[in-house]
Amino acid sequence: MEKTNKVFPGKLVIGFLLSIVMTVLAAWIALGTDFSKSVIMWMIGALAIFQAGVQLIMFMHINEGKSGMINTINIVYSVFIAAVIVAGSIWILTTGHAAH
Amino acid sequence: MSVDQILVTGDPLILASQIAILLTIIGAVVGITYFKKWRYLWEEWLTTVDHKKIGIMYILAGVAMFFRGGVDGLMMKAQTSRPNMEFLDAQHYDEVFTTHGIVMILFMAMPMLIGIMNVVLPLQIGARDVAFPKLNALSFWTFFVAAMLFNISFVIGGSPDAGWTSYFPLAGKEFTPGVGNNYYAIALQIAGIGTLATGINFIVTILKMRAPGMTLMKMPMFTWTSLVTSILIVAAFPILTVALAFMTMDRLFGAHFFTVAAGGDPMLWLNLFWLWGHPEVYIVVLPAFGMFSEVIATFSRKNLYGYKTMVASIVGIAFLSMLVWVHHFYTMGNSAAVNSVFSITTMMIAIPTGVKIFNWLFTMRKGRIKFTTSMLWSLAFIPCFTIGGVTGVMLAMAAADYQYHNTMFLVAHFHYVLIPGVVFAVFAGLYYWWPKMFGFTLNEKIGKWHFWLFVIGFNLTFMPMFFVGLDGMSRRMYTYSEGLGWEGWLGFSAAGSLIMAAGFAALCYNIYWSFRFASRDVGSDPWDARTLEWATASPVQHYNFAVVPKVDSLDPFWKMKKKGTFKLKKQDIKEIHMPSNSAIPILMGIAFGIVGFFLVFEWFTLAAIWSLGIIACLVANSFDYDDGYHVSAEEVEETERKWRGDL
Amino acid sequence: MATETSLPLEYSTKQNEMNILGFWIFLGAEIVLFSTLFAGYFVLEGNTANGPAGHEIFIFKDVMIQTFLLLTSSFTCSLAIYQMRNNNVKGLITWLVVTMALGLGFLYMEINEFIHYVHEGATLQTSGFLSSFFTLLGTHGLHVTLGLGWATLLIIQIARRGITPVTARKTFIISLYWHFLDVVWIFIFTFVYLRGLVM
Repeated sequence: MEKTNKVFPGKLVIGFLLSIVMTVLAAWIALGTDFSKSVIMWMIGALAIFQAGVQLIMFMHINEGKSGMINTINIVYSVFIAAVIVAGSIWILTTGHAAH
Repeated sequence: MSVDQILVTGDPLILASQIAILLTIIGAVVGITYFKKWRYLWEEWLTTVDHKKIGIMYILAGVAMFFRGGVDGLMMKAQTSRPNMEFLDAQHYDEVFTTHGIVMILFMAMPMLIGIMNVVLPLQIGARDVAFPKLNALSFWTFFVAAMLFNISFVIGGSPDAGWTSYFPLAGKEFTPGVGNNYYAIALQIAGIGTLATGINFIVTILKMRAPGMTLMKMPMFTWTSLVTSILIVAAFPILTVALAFMTMDRLFGAHFFTVAAGGDPMLWLNLFWLWGHPEVYIVVLPAFGMFSEVIATFSRKNLYGYKTMVASIVGIAFLSMLVWVHHFYTMGNSAAVNSVFSITTMMIAIPTGVKIFNWLFTMRKGRIKFTTSMLWSLAFIPCFTIGGVTGVMLAMAAADYQYHNTMFLVAHFHYVLIPGVVFAVFAGLYYWWPKMFGFTLNEKIGKWHFWLFVIGFNLTFMPMFFVGLDGMSRRMYTYSEGLGWEGWLGFSAAGSLIMAAGFAALCYNIYWSFRFASRDVGSDPWDARTLEWATASPVQHYNFAVVPKVDSLDPFWKMKKKGTFKLKKQDIKEIHMPSNSAIPILMGIAFGIVGFFLVFEWFTLAAIWSLGIIACLVANSFDYDDGYHVSAEEVEETERKWRGDL
Repeated sequence: MATETSLPLEYSTKQNEMNILGFWIFLGAEIVLFSTLFAGYFVLEGNTANGPAGHEIFIFKDVMIQTFLLLTSSFTCSLAIYQMRNNNVKGLITWLVVTMALGLGFLYMEINEFIHYVHEGATLQTSGFLSSFFTLLGTHGLHVTLGLGWATLLIIQIARRGITPVTARKTFIISLYWHFLDVVWIFIFTFVYLRGLVM
């Protein structure tokens, strides 16, 4: 049984603060600046991915345990499949017949 | 809704089926009661969590579904055997080709392969069961219930009739208002849940439960293909889940995902369906490749040639299989860039597949080949599958595909891929692993009848389809007029299908004959095989291995036999921990089936009430702290003595 | 130090280790599931037919509240695991209850939001855009609902049995589930709401 004996869960608080800051920042970039739409989407998209990373590493302890490596490979592979599905569907369904 | 609106009436063929189904059910209930087998059935089979029994149930269900799908196929062949034939009308023909496709892929090929994986895989890696035995049982019951739900469609409510691909807008409520396509959406959804669970279960089993010393690169080839297949299942089946959910929302709740009106996009269905559908082809073909690898190595009496390239090509195939889906709809009017990219990825798959063909050929080179029935299936697979593969490369060229698309040429192509690639493999696997499951081999002589009839019938049935396809016959035509030059080919093809059916009958007779008359004295290793599943008794004891074997190379059992280290020491026997049976999986499966049935008929209140049954099962499972039971060392010793003699 | 290398209680048995790995793989499947829902949403996003577009109905303030509720619940859920690893049953249950309360708050807001949209004439049947919007959001909301029910069962078990290898494993797994739902929400927040409001 692990006893950390720490009174204050510092890592978790930092993770929480980071996620709040990134959320507010994303909302501000989206609604409070006059960047072009695509610049805004790239910036807030990147923030979303960072935030997912914070959750995975700081809250979900993805590297923990004997299967840490498998977990990481699994998530990376799933994200790759997700990218294929999203990017592929958009590319296929909005550039060909729909673009006429 | 009154009863005559629910039951399909007015067709003599269907009336006969209704009577047959009723009689079968009555016969089964009476028979089980008469022989007082209810308790046995419940305790030994319906609530079992033993991977071997679950595997056998999958295979039995798969054989039954093969029969159902086969009858559909024969009906289609009969209808098109002559011009202007009036055996089936257009509607009936639509229903038959739809259910033929779905039953064969999802309710025949999948359970046959998952069944054999269930039986063999834990044994091959030296494990006592899968990682999550209860979940495994749930997978089976959701599959089985879904298969039954799908199969009652033709007598209750009407079959789906928009093709196994169910393209929109045809599959939408506007053009197929009946409940048929609701069956499609709901039954496949239920089956998909079970398959996803199987995928997760096998991945964890293979990654975490291998015998000590069996590193990834010392796993048998069938285990490798099962692992990669499971990964593909996890990657692809959620896509089907969502596609079917969209379909359900459209059909049951009036949403506009795939409709033409109100901003839906029918091509979104095709896109999602094939995002799942193409990997699905590899999900059924890869385990088959694994089975051929085992059979060819065993009966060539050599180790598999090019093990590492074989692994690399499996992984390569799996990777590419997620990147080729557009080749199923080149003709939708994509931009040239889209078609070019997917044309190239599709052709690339031929490379790793070609590598595997050469690996099998080189495994046989200079081997002392034994022509057993399972080896014959593997030998026939290579040329037949190559025909399927080469025509696949023809279809892969987007420009040329505009000519072949949706013709009988395509139908011939995918039957040349799936029948040698899956059905031959299942037959090879059944003959090969049958003694492991039941303790006796299937009869080799009847097996050869089965083999020759089926292979000859298969080629006669599907080879002509290439030519009528090139002559312009499109798929799914229920009739045609005289003088198109197709009559000869299609008549030939119909005759071939009867020979193929005779082959299947020979298999059934073989199973019957062998159960009654085959010698029970075949030992635990009748083929002089190489992998761990043969290092234990046949049929396998419920705990699989008295002592988990240690592995230090490929083909560990072969090494043990050569070194003479395959001997159990009495002092090594220890108490064994096993999981307990559970009624939750079957009850949950039944609840899924009932909810599904009510959803098909859009009786939402009843569906909501019965979904409480699913929730109740989940809650019961959460509070179930049963930790299994222990088999005492004495009992293990006793069981081992029975087949090993003195220890 | 030995205590640093040894793993927490939830990894203590082989079965636990396998359950946790299995759940990670299930989360991989969930990533694929939600990405397919997103793909459908992106394809249909512009097809508003005669119905409203996103920026006409989304209410920024409410979305922000929902986001903060869920982000905070993800944090309190991690505190629950932290307490569990300190073998503090009371702390564990307290934080789990706080997490559930925040989750309930989120769900309440979301249901209100949906009712509001329906009043505005934006329903599932209105357009391709709204069909995919409601299905994506509804799937996430359904996951949250299931999570609340599941957590309730778990709290009962922890109260009865204390922190054992089995309850610790179950709690850890539900924490993974909960954090994952938060990740999905971040993407919904970014690619549905913010994107919709920017357009």
